[in-house]
Amino acid sequence: MAAVTADQTTQGQARGTAQATAGGPDGPAGADVAQQAAFDAAVAADERIEPRDWMPDAYRASLVRQMAQHAHSEIIGMQPEANWISRAPSLRRKAILMAKVQDEAGHGLYLYSAAETLGTSREEMLDKLHAGRQRYSSIFNYPTLTWADVGAIGWLVDGAAITNQVPLCRCSYGPYARAMVRICKEESFHQRQGYELLLTLGRGTPGQRAMAQDAVNRWWWPSLMMFGPPDDASAHSAQSMTWKIKRHSNDELRQRFVDICVPQAEALGLTLPDPDLRWNEERGHHDFGAIDWTEFQEVLKGNGPCNEQRLTQRRRAHEEGAWVRDAAASYALKHPAPTRHAHAPAHITEAPHTEMHQAEMHTPPNAEATA
Amino acid sequence: MTAALALGDDALVLSHRLGEWAGHAPVLEEEVALANIALDLLGQARVLLSLAGDEDELAFLREERAFRNVQLVEQPNGDFAHTIARQLYFSVYQRGLYEQLAAGGGDFAGLAAKAVKEVAYHQDHATHWTLRLGDGTEESHQRMQRGVDALWRFTGELFQPVEGVEIDWPSLHTDWLATVTGVLQQATLTVPTGPGSGAWTAGAGRQGIHTEPFGRMLAEMQHLHRSHPGASW
Ligand SMILES: [Fe+2]
Ligand SMILES: [Fe+2]
Repeated sequence: MAAVTADQTTQGQARGTAQATAGGPDGPAGADVAQQAAFDAAVAADERIEPRDWMPDAYRASLVRQMAQHAHSEIIGMQPEANWISRAPSLRRKAILMAKVQDEAGHGLYLYSAAETLGTSREEMLDKLHAGRQRYSSIFNYPTLTWADVGAIGWLVDGAAITNQVPLCRCSYGPYARAMVRICKEESFHQRQGYELLLTLGRGTPGQRAMAQDAVNRWWWPSLMMFGPPDDASAHSAQSMTWKIKRHSNDELRQRFVDICVPQAEALGLTLPDPDLRWNEERGHHDFGAIDWTEFQEVLKGNGPCNEQRLTQRRRAHEEGAWVRDAAASYALKHPAPTRHAHAPAHITEAPHTEMHQAEMHTPPNAEATA
Repeated sequence: MTAALALGDDALVLSHRLGEWAGHAPVLEEEVALANIALDLLGQARVLLSLAGDEDELAFLREERAFRNVQLVEQPNGDFAHTIARQLYFSVYQRGLYEQLAAGGGDFAGLAAKAVKEVAYHQDHATHWTLRLGDGTEESHQRMQRGVDALWRFTGELFQPVEGVEIDWPSLHTDWLATVTGVLQQATLTVPTGPGSGAWTAGAGRQGIHTEPFGRMLAEMQHLHRSHPGASW
């Protein structure tokens, strides 16, 4: 086990169980063992690990990796859908789409904040994203070519995200689990909106129906890849399951998703582009065709259709916004506000304090839109 | 209904412009804030256009010359300071307008009473950012001043009386000037003057004369809807 830093030892005092044993006369090595035992017991008992609790370095690192990747996915994921805001074909759809993209920004905010409880800053995480040292979900490296892609993303991509994320609401790390509870509620709105968009197209003109089928054809396989590599090839799965960061294997979740989607596709009057897809009575699940993992690996390596474009837009927005963030920081120094949280980073204090509150109570257009 | 179209088009067009920021904002909080404002405006636009007819027909099937928005709201986003200057000018105007409409008890009183709360937040947002950028760094100060100066010529049009909007237009103008001047001065910015007599000023948006960027904006906004005549979405 990696050495416990002094800082983490101090933090460990917050957990009652850790304190009782760590404070004993065993010396550092003994304290280590005791802290590890307390952590293991807490995880085994399905207790939540909180930011001030002692935790193994590898657990912390694994969470940072996963939460940062998740946060990055939310903000990169805004791009393919924002691509259609200016062309949304009705004002109602425009409101729904704008609200959805806004939600994804909000998810990014929650997740960066949750990850910050592990001792990394949003700034640091963004720098790593921009440098290509932290990932985001590969699904967003595919282009949105038609309006129906907005529906396919809602139905399939948000749908796959929910399947992945609902178990995360019981993740062993408290701040992550709590963020996921909020996020999952909104993701299920997104999924229903996407489904309803496709349903409308499916019942529309021949041109609209063709558009919907084409979008589903293009998004189906990448959506299945969102669950990650098969279990026998997944690098982080086993350890994450032991830590109860993850509760189900990639293949289990993928199967669950396929089983959910098949009847929904039928109801939409759309086909899924897999000739091997059929119900298996014996297994009580749908069998489906082989996934092209070479494509998955290529997209992961940066060779997908939009990797370069997404990262370039992200970097550009960040670089072009630098003078704005600098101005806000400089203004905050000149005019310190007494009510400001002392520990809030500069980029948080830039925004008027009413904004997030406004976003949450922003029911009029959103409520109409999500109904 | 001229008045509903004028006010509805203002909200629709500005909402569209703000929507163009999605995925490009300088900080994540502003992704949320700008989308928030865009959604408020779109909500207002939908109510107003529905008073005048079918909201989608009006938004997607009118020609450029039939739009009645002021030219200020159709101006491209520019940099963040430029967008904030546009927000400041428009939100102070819209707040004054809606406050009078809400108090007046006419056709728009109900809508205005609800919208004025949203617009108060828009003004707050624009004011805070004008202060931060004006009184931030040397660079932000210069950029903010450029935005304030460039858009100033589009503000005169805001106070041309709109038929069917029964308010005290001169006092709307006086109040607007006092508020905007106060914010700009506090932000250490120079309050623009003029334009000098004989200089071109904007002012025919309400009559359906728009600026070049508006045609492109509409082309993008209307293209999909127009490509599938009669389809529902
Ligand atoms: Fe999300
Ligand atoms: Fe979502």
